[in-house]
Amino acid sequence: MEKLTHIHSTTIVLPQTDIDTDQIMPGRFLTSTTREGLSEAIFADWRYDVDGQPLPDFALNQPGAADCQVLVAGNNFGCGSSREHAPWGLVDFGFRAVISTRFADIFSNNSLKNGLVPVVINEDTHNWLLEHPGAMVDIDVAAATLSLPNGVSLNFPLDGFAQHCLLEGLDQLGYLQSKESEISHFEQVRPWKP
Amino acid sequence: MSGKSLFEKVWEDHLVSAETPANPAVLYIDLHLTHEVTTPQAFTLLREQGMPVRRPDLTLATLDHSTPTVPVTGLKDLDVLSEPAQAAQIRQMVQNCEDFGIELHGFGSDQRGIVHVIGPEIGATQPGKTIVCGDSHSSTHGAFGALAFGIGSTEVGHVLATQCLLQRKPKSMAINFNGQLPAGVTAKDIILATIGEIGVDGGTGHVIEYRGNVISGLSMEERMTICNMTIEAGARAGMMAPDDTTVEFLAGRPQAPGGADWEPAVERWLSLPSDDDATFDREIDIDVANLVPMVTFGTNPGMVVPITASVPDSNGDLSFRKALDYMGLEPGQSMQQTSVDVVFVGSCTNSRLPDLRAAARVLKGNKIADSVRMLVVPGSEIIKQQAEAEGLHEIFLAAGAEWREAGCSMCLGMNGDNLLPGQLCVSTSNRNFEGRQGIGGRTVLASPETAAASAINGRITDPRTLL
Repeated sequence: MEKLTHIHSTTIVLPQTDIDTDQIMPGRFLTSTTREGLSEAIFADWRYDVDGQPLPDFALNQPGAADCQVLVAGNNFGCGSSREHAPWGLVDFGFRAVISTRFADIFSNNSLKNGLVPVVINEDTHNWLLEHPGAMVDIDVAAATLSLPNGVSLNFPLDGFAQHCLLEGLDQLGYLQSKESEISHFEQVRPWKP
Repeated sequence: MSGKSLFEKVWEDHLVSAETPANPAVLYIDLHLTHEVTTPQAFTLLREQGMPVRRPDLTLATLDHSTPTVPVTGLKDLDVLSEPAQAAQIRQMVQNCEDFGIELHGFGSDQRGIVHVIGPEIGATQPGKTIVCGDSHSSTHGAFGALAFGIGSTEVGHVLATQCLLQRKPKSMAINFNGQLPAGVTAKDIILATIGEIGVDGGTGHVIEYRGNVISGLSMEERMTICNMTIEAGARAGMMAPDDTTVEFLAGRPQAPGGADWEPAVERWLSLPSDDDATFDREIDIDVANLVPMVTFGTNPGMVVPITASVPDSNGDLSFRKALDYMGLEPGQSMQQTSVDVVFVGSCTNSRLPDLRAAARVLKGNKIADSVRMLVVPGSEIIKQQAEAEGLHEIFLAAGAEWREAGCSMCLGMNGDNLLPGQLCVSTSNRNFEGRQGIGGRTVLASPETAAASAINGRITDPRTLL
């Protein structure tokens, strides 16, 4: 995973609340057996017509969308299925952060393991971002701050361990593997065995 | 100091190392359920790094999500029955299990089925275990007093490689169900009403313990239906105290403890329920006495109303309006005036033997409407055999429904069982998201009883009018 320290980008806004992972990555694309090449599939049912042609009004089809690294979405983004294909697709499209007032737990966990930062902010800031699509925002991963062009700058919650992994580009598996002797010890001394 | 909750007991029992401000806890996993859709990338990682699966003996594998629900005698059948991508994914799972020494409950095994159905069925799901799967409906297994939750594919790799996960301890929530459940109201209605009450993000960050006299009176299958949809309220996991019903269910199952191991296991299981003075971060009381059958009207499981009600007004909420437009419903329209094109009885929520019996009881002696296609899909090979031994399949076929092979089927549009654009389906599954059952398909979530009644009338129907 690449190191992620800083994101400076305009935003794409999808204001709908409760966007589930079936919308981010419809089930028919889950037959993929790799992590790559899923950018074309994200939001497919909102993004293309029945003939597969891009719908010009949809935010991801606007000129310049491919260069945007920050998605602003309605409350409770990423609910539903645990499919990691959702953050894989978002990252493959070029997103490095999603901003909302709340994220579903599994989506949030999956995102942090793929260099996609879930940025939880208050309703006022969220409303400002929803009303200003294309705003140039700045996300400092080391400081866990989001800065807006209107001068507002605020902290967002970011688990220290996940933050460390993002900044150093570390895979969390390495940390788990370093615990091997403790895991073996646990298996030996636990009072019952599964 | 207050006592411990069921969740805290299971959590603490599995800490390889506790969490600190800098590092999450290392949590040991007792049972890893796997299927073909969310594991290929994890196995690829192991292969690339030359790592074995650490505990294949604690890994249970099956084929369910992308399998066709017509008879498959062997992998070569897939070339005809499945799309190439599905067939390739299934073949890869078979290969991965072979290469990494994992027993696969695949085609030809009478223990194949939906992963959340077979775990309990073969007795692998037990109280006090930590259970994970690359599937959000892992919450199902919490019905046994296990701590069970869904994970992503990266975490599937972590468990395959180390049998552990890095986790921050979730918050806890108690939902107390009390009162007398009225006749004709099911576990599905209880959980749909609950999600409607707390919302699709009401449980985010929490493990829910379902409590109260209503829960202790439910069968294991009913408890699984409730725990299954915990994720639809956003919660990490749902749990229920193990009791005599749990113990009775597990007795004699192939992977349940046997012989001299049985008594100590039961003693341990029955020590797991929350202490009387356990506290929760949040507590909610729900009286079930006035519940009626529930149906969804929108595009998430929280958009739910009593079947006797009308479609609510959007009150200017754009996301709400968009959902109604997608469903083709108007505010004020009676739910029971809504015509139905397809009825699906199945999924990890409602495909167990009592669910099939409930649908059959409504259908017996009736025909489904000419305009309706109805699929009945058992959750496992074993359930299929049991249902056939009771003659349930004959009731379904006589009514004009399709009786199909075990699998996830029409719960998610990735195995050939799809809705067509615009079709409305009364479904016993768990998600009514846009396109979940096929592009442009419309889903109304309901109990097996409501699904069967709606199939007969060709419109959404209160099953209490037919029973």
